[in-house]
Amino acid sequence: MSPGDAAVQPLVKVDDIHTYYGKSHILHGVSLEVGKGEVVGLLGRNGVGKSTTLKAIMGLIHPSQGKVLFEGQSITHLPAHRLARLGIGYVPEDRRIFRLLSVTENLRTGLDRHGVSKARKTELLDKVYGYFPVLAERRNQAGGTLSGGEQQMLAIARAMMLEPKIILLDEPTEGLMPRMVAEIQRIIDVLNREEVAVLLVEQNVPLTLETSQRIYIIEKGLVRHHAMASELRVNDAVIHQYLGV
Amino acid sequence: MTRRRTTVYWTGFFVVLGLLIIAPLVLPEFWRRFLTEILIWGLLAMSSDILIGYTGMVSFGHSAFFGLGIYGAAAALLSVSPPSLLLALLCGLVAAAAAAAFVAYFSTRLRDIYFAITTLIFSQIFYVIIFTWTEVTGGENGLTFSRPPLAIPGIFSIRFTPDTLHWFVLGVVGLSYLLLRRITQSPFGMVLQSIRENEARTRAIGYPIERYKIVAVMLSGLFAGLAGVLYAVQNQFAAPDFVFFLVSGEVVIFNVIGGIGTLVGPIVGAAFFLLLREGLSRFFTEYYLIFVGLIFIAMVIFVPQGLLGFARRWLNE
Amino acid sequence: MGIPIEQILIQTVNGVVTGMILALVASGLTLIFGIMDVVNFAHGELFMLGAYVGVIILAATGDFWIALVAATLVIALLGATIYLTTLRPLLGRDPLYTILATFGISLVLQNYALWQFGPVARKIEEPFTGQFTLFYLAYPWYRVVIALLSAAIIGALWLFLKFGTWGIWIRATMQDRVMAQAMGIPVPWVLTAVFAIGAGMAAASGVLFGPLVGVNHAMGVDWVLKAFIVVVVGGMGNLAGSIAAAIFISLLEAYASLWVSPAQAVIVSFIVLILTLLFRPTGLFAPTPK
Repeated sequence: MSPGDAAVQPLVKVDDIHTYYGKSHILHGVSLEVGKGEVVGLLGRNGVGKSTTLKAIMGLIHPSQGKVLFEGQSITHLPAHRLARLGIGYVPEDRRIFRLLSVTENLRTGLDRHGVSKARKTELLDKVYGYFPVLAERRNQAGGTLSGGEQQMLAIARAMMLEPKIILLDEPTEGLMPRMVAEIQRIIDVLNREEVAVLLVEQNVPLTLETSQRIYIIEKGLVRHHAMASELRVNDAVIHQYLGV
Repeated sequence: MTRRRTTVYWTGFFVVLGLLIIAPLVLPEFWRRFLTEILIWGLLAMSSDILIGYTGMVSFGHSAFFGLGIYGAAAALLSVSPPSLLLALLCGLVAAAAAAAFVAYFSTRLRDIYFAITTLIFSQIFYVIIFTWTEVTGGENGLTFSRPPLAIPGIFSIRFTPDTLHWFVLGVVGLSYLLLRRITQSPFGMVLQSIRENEARTRAIGYPIERYKIVAVMLSGLFAGLAGVLYAVQNQFAAPDFVFFLVSGEVVIFNVIGGIGTLVGPIVGAAFFLLLREGLSRFFTEYYLIFVGLIFIAMVIFVPQGLLGFARRWLNE
Repeated sequence: MGIPIEQILIQTVNGVVTGMILALVASGLTLIFGIMDVVNFAHGELFMLGAYVGVIILAATGDFWIALVAATLVIALLGATIYLTTLRPLLGRDPLYTILATFGISLVLQNYALWQFGPVARKIEEPFTGQFTLFYLAYPWYRVVIALLSAAIIGALWLFLKFGTWGIWIRATMQDRVMAQAMGIPVPWVLTAVFAIGAGMAAASGVLFGPLVGVNHAMGVDWVLKAFIVVVVGGMGNLAGSIAAAIFISLLEAYASLWVSPAQAVIVSFIVLILTLLFRPTGLFAPTPK
């Protein structure tokens, strides 16, 4: 897929959104798209509005201007729990797993939904334990007792329980050991194979370049650059320009 | 504040003051007394505003300060003959200050909701003590005593008439307002407001906020105790009911209805609430408090800034 | 002055009985606070209204147990209504306003009861009389039943929270409301449900406690205060803690009334509160904070 491919309706479309935090103007008109099954990267320095964009898509904050569309329908003012049910999964910065709930209970927060048969639930659970054997080992342990990397896996697994069409990943490798980064890459591949779209916010440029198909670069609340990852892998001058890495 | 605003403010102040001075001369006895009571409750509510509106500490403990002010004055008026106004003032204020010191200590160690609940429970502690220590406090029945004359020992002594008592109360409340206004506008007051806005940041700048909080509580408690002394002088009886936590709740209601952080708002809130109660009790003798409660809830939801909230900045300049 | 051992043991039983009822009232309160940071001043009135509904239904059906269940359901519904109309609009704001709103609600409910039922106390008859000999005293069976039933209700609550979808939803929302929403948990409904459950439990306590004292419009006032003390001592939002605290404080008060009058025995709970605030402000029975 190339940018500007108008024939296929994007899964998620963010259209010129503005958000405020008190009097601070955070997003100054962000626009982006994620297609079905795509992995799209969002790069930018700290504090430019990357997490805020994800939160706006997830319905955790509502833009004062602009629209957010999911499968063509406007979801701009819907509450987060509706969006989760529609098929948007969210893995926040610092994971935020339910520390006092066990691993299984954490997964159940996404699993226990309307219209999902018991058989299907067992199927999903088995599948995710297959992808994350470490979690299977710890299934009855409290979430708070897991290591940082394990919590990250749990956070992603939990989102997968929603059978989402897109997962919003906010800095999954932050604070993790380098070998965990490979794990995250493997997981993103898994998601890709399952045809789950991924919107990946990251500071880790190599990982983003490796796994994404398209990349947006944000600075000061606006998208400044948009290109295919393949182009940026070859010529990353733009990235250096905006991220200073 | 601009020159024009200052003039407007002070004109307003003196107009209101003037009206309150003339009031006892034109009002029937019942309403005269009612007005005096409004002033006393207004003073109590104003003292609470120091904590709620300016320091950001919600306290349900004012019934303790108020009640101890009443009982302290009662003690003085009962034990010394002829009864002395100055002694009553002294005892009432000291008693209230003791309670305030107690509460102040805890204020520095607890945040928000915990502080609020704790002050409420402290009110109850004083209530239980007063209620059960019948030999000293008269228990359930309270104490009755005579009204002292307005006197400076050795110089003059005149008995209060209803009118002069009203003017005396007005004078005390008026001076209290001016004094508190001065304090809230002083550097000290600015620090208090900064604590209300953002406690962590104020501490980070280097202010010893514990000390400021303690002073705020003591100040608040003293003026509440003063209201108590005035109440004792006006009504000549003390009862445990005044120390019950519901009184604290009412005080907070006055604050919110009138507008917190305005000093004069709570007085207006007291007037509004008491008038509402009085008015509704004439129409619906049995269940008027239900309507009062409903109106209050509606105000909390729809007009949380209170009646004078819109004028808050203006009143503080 | 030696106190006969029988008296102490009798007071122990009394303390446990009152403690269980207090635990029932306090559990609702601590759940509500834990999940939505609301200090529900009107909780005592929900207790009181539960007792009154119990009186009415008992008079209509003659069956204590139907009255108990009906009162619980009616007041749970009332609780949900109160939450939806008055508290939900205030959720985002300064907690002061929810405290004030619940204070206003308590004013309205108390006076409503006074208006509807008058100042004279009503009586709920015990579902069965009959006593057994506890040492030298004829001790009513009913009191023991209260304790057991309260324990059963609390046990049911615990099971509900531990297993079951709603239980997980409630616990998740208590820990992280935002993330719960992001997981598709219908948080607005969860909050309503918790308030309703808390209200229902308070009502059940009221009906159970009714036969012990008279039912009148002011009966909630003392309980709400004591319940608050229990919730703070137990650790706000800590269910197990508030149950332990309820029994602990009730036992201490029961023992204290061997020496002083019951009106003065309440000072014990005040002292426990002050000590807790001084030395372990997160709660005597709460796990040590990290």
